[in-house]
Amino acid sequence: MSDFLQSVIAYRFEIGAVILFGIGFINLLLQKNLIKKIISFNVMDSSIFLFLASQGFIEGRIAPIITGANDASLYINPIPTGLVLTGIVVSVSVSAFFLALVQRLYKKYGTVNFDEIIMLAKKEAE
Amino acid sequence: MPIQVIFEFLLIISLIICAVFALTSKRLLAAVVIYMAYSLVMTVIWVLLQSPDLAITEAAVGAGVTGILFAVTLKKIHALKGTKDE
Amino acid sequence: MASKKHSRFIDWVNGDTAEKVHEYKFIQKTVPPHSEQAHDEVISTRKARLFNISYEISAVLVCVILVAVLLFTVFNLPLFGSAGNPASNEVAERYLEKGLEETGAVNAVAGMILDYRAFDTFGESSVLFIAVGCVMILLMRDKNNISATEDSLEENERLIEIETNDPILQKIVLLIVPCIFLFGIYVILNGHLSPGGGFSGGAIMGAGLILFAVSFGIDAMQSFFSIKTFKAITTTALMCYATLKAYSFFMGANGLETGIPLGTPGAILSSGLILVLDICVGLIVACTMYGFYSLFARGDI
Repeated sequence: MSDFLQSVIAYRFEIGAVILFGIGFINLLLQKNLIKKIISFNVMDSSIFLFLASQGFIEGRIAPIITGANDASLYINPIPTGLVLTGIVVSVSVSAFFLALVQRLYKKYGTVNFDEIIMLAKKEAE
Repeated sequence: MPIQVIFEFLLIISLIICAVFALTSKRLLAAVVIYMAYSLVMTVIWVLLQSPDLAITEAAVGAGVTGILFAVTLKKIHALKGTKDE
Repeated sequence: MASKKHSRFIDWVNGDTAEKVHEYKFIQKTVPPHSEQAHDEVISTRKARLFNISYEISAVLVCVILVAVLLFTVFNLPLFGSAGNPASNEVAERYLEKGLEETGAVNAVAGMILDYRAFDTFGESSVLFIAVGCVMILLMRDKNNISATEDSLEENERLIEIETNDPILQKIVLLIVPCIFLFGIYVILNGHLSPGGGFSGGAIMGAGLILFAVSFGIDAMQSFFSIKTFKAITTTALMCYATLKAYSFFMGANGLETGIPLGTPGAILSSGLILVLDICVGLIVACTMYGFYSLFARGDI
């Protein structure tokens, strides 16, 4: 049991990222409200960023601002940080695009409930 | 257990709590505000993971711009209570 | 039937003989908001209810299985924070050891995303540009696609905005916005020396622009930031980025031997192209963030 507890403590960030991913995913599937769907999409996004950044972290090392000796054993891995940095800005533009789509859907159907939109669209097609 | 590990656990747990409450709250405005709080907690986690670049970006984007975009959308879809268009 | 079907094509081929349509007006059909009867009709039949229940059960099952598999994988990953992590391979080592002399950037992350992987960052900037274009397509207000009621609503909102100017908010914003801008410019210009760079500084400046627009209204914003400024800044910055990186590829093929002096590491005018590229990315991000807000709030920039 203490073995398990120790690995939970060791892998705390990864476990947190996986749980957040699960929360985001299940809400993405089950929520009817489109705004809630977008928020859960954002939660999934940031959980993946958390996982990536935790893979680049190395215990006892500092951020890669090379002020002293350029010795690789002093700094953390800069690659995940760079990937996540661009990812955060792209995720905000993606969610802006989603929100614009939601605004158009609301203008057309007068609701943000997914089921109602589907029903109204089916009715319109008939 | 060192004190920093306990602090990190507290932050991760508050992240999970924020995510759950943001997605289960009835009012959409509350959901957006809790999502902004989630982003702020994430900012502290980036600092602890030694990525200050990410912390600055997340603070400006996650807690600032995304929240404003959500709020404006809520205004447009008439989901804000107590505003002038009700 | 066939002739009718293809008549538009024939007209298109014949060109001048087709009669010209002078007025384009496409107004979207709208439904009044919060129609109650729609909500009642959603779950009416027994079949639909059965489908809903089975969908929910299967969604929960899929999610639980996915999380279980991922957790099982997490416990078999290399230990968190260990130096022997396969992610920290020779690529990262090379960036950290040779980065300072090859790119001249003290901040290894800036050196990585704007020199070694600058092409990738160009793609990200293009993504922002395309996203703003898509939002423009969806939400841009055009006199040809707006109905009369919508127009009056818009006018009403504008009047409300002019009437309610909050003096406390405006005074505080006048104090805060210069500081936000100063910080944003600092973060952009010091991107190669300290944490930050184009993406972070641009987001900060965009947030400052949004704050100003929220508190002072559109007309004050229009006086120095109109759609012309927006178009000019984003396209110029993107083209500038593309030209500089094309030059760098042309000269050295790997973006390292451009002939541009790298300067002493730690000085503000150092690290070759990184400073200029940071400024370009910062301008694109700032304009994009403000463009999103402005298009969302009133369908125009």
